[in-house]
Amino acid sequence: MNVLLPDTLPQALELLSQNGDAVPMAGGTDLMVHWHVRPEAHQHTFVDLSRLEALKPLSWTADMLVLGGLTTYWDVIRDERTREEFPLLVDAARQVGAIQIQARGTWAGNIVNASPAADGVPVLMAYDAIVVLESRRGREQVPLDRFYSGYKQMRRRPDELIVAIHVPRRRYSYQVFEKVGSRRAQAIAKVGLAVTRSDAGWRVVAASVAPTIRRCPTVERLLETGAAVASPSDLLPAIAQDVAPIDDIRSTAHYRTRVMARLLYHDLRDFWGK
Amino acid sequence: MTTLTVAFTLNGKPVSLDVAPADRLLDTLRYQLGLTGTKEGCGEGECGACTVYLDGLPVDSCLVPTFQMTGRRVETIESLDARSLAAFERCGATQCGACTPGVVMTAWWIREHPDLLGSHTVRELMAGNLCRCTGYDGIIDAVTEAVGGEGRENRKR
Repeated sequence: MNVLLPDTLPQALELLSQNGDAVPMAGGTDLMVHWHVRPEAHQHTFVDLSRLEALKPLSWTADMLVLGGLTTYWDVIRDERTREEFPLLVDAARQVGAIQIQARGTWAGNIVNASPAADGVPVLMAYDAIVVLESRRGREQVPLDRFYSGYKQMRRRPDELIVAIHVPRRRYSYQVFEKVGSRRAQAIAKVGLAVTRSDAGWRVVAASVAPTIRRCPTVERLLETGAAVASPSDLLPAIAQDVAPIDDIRSTAHYRTRVMARLLYHDLRDFWGK
Repeated sequence: MTTLTVAFTLNGKPVSLDVAPADRLLDTLRYQLGLTGTKEGCGEGECGACTVYLDGLPVDSCLVPTFQMTGRRVETIESLDARSLAAFERCGATQCGACTPGVVMTAWWIREHPDLLGSHTVRELMAGNLCRCTGYDGIIDAVTEAVGGEGRENRKR
């Protein structure tokens, strides 16, 4: 195992450009799980991001919230303004592990870990977040809902770092985050759901029911058009268009589909056409 | 790379030592520094037995690489006053004791930051510390009592 310890962002980007297979490490809450019994996990070059002060602060501009590449869940939980303007970020952050994980885990790490069961990604996607990637060659911005191309596949080149996440400020008339797990705390989602409505329209984002976190365009269209939905079962055809749940250690495809239908039906009962 | 040198503040005093790149903070504390109050439970960030403070926040030391510690502030259960346990004894908040150091670390942090109780319940703040003996009510009572509450609120469910 080799560790590279840059002090600044330009140094970190330089190291990533020279070490094509290097793994950036921030809070370590994913990379370090079962670390001591997985020696194969040590056979990498790691680039430690923890000293990159420039990536730490959370900040506000006139039209967006900017999460730094090292902003943690706890940073967001403690930010009064985020609690008011983007309550789903706080709701989701409070359901990631517990304080010990929230204090270390980062939003950018949640995005690049690319778990289909992530808690942070669905709420960011429901707020139309934009991923800001930087390498020695420059910066690019990728909308989060176009960031993933398949299971653990994403639009980040090995020499790029997520340096920021931009969350556009909008007036939301409806927003909800749901996480169904085996326990109320310290659980991984069997089904997750983030729904928002703004002038930009409805956003319905599902977790743990597909190889990636993803938007549900068919369900969004039902909401936009006011289609008649009289029971959870009426949503099953649209759900089948949008997601592809599987049986695994945490749940079954059948359970996930049914629970997603019920969550959507009951949470949005005021909006379904009659 | 065989070793690297890290220098940080541990329980208020500066320490400097050579560590292996793969060492977890938990290993460094227990096996290099002899601070065995911090326990290893699950090794995957679920149980909280290895809770220490990193720059004042509770973290699972099994998920912290020691190479990140340069310039940081670490505090372990050894830094706490033994009186921090009084409410735990009164409320029956310990049995086998394996989880207790981690539980006390989180409890003490809540006690030092009572403003957190404006937005969080004791139960939510303690959710990262698993205990397989007490059934939690004794722990929640002890923490509630330690922060100046009645200590029995959670029994009125």
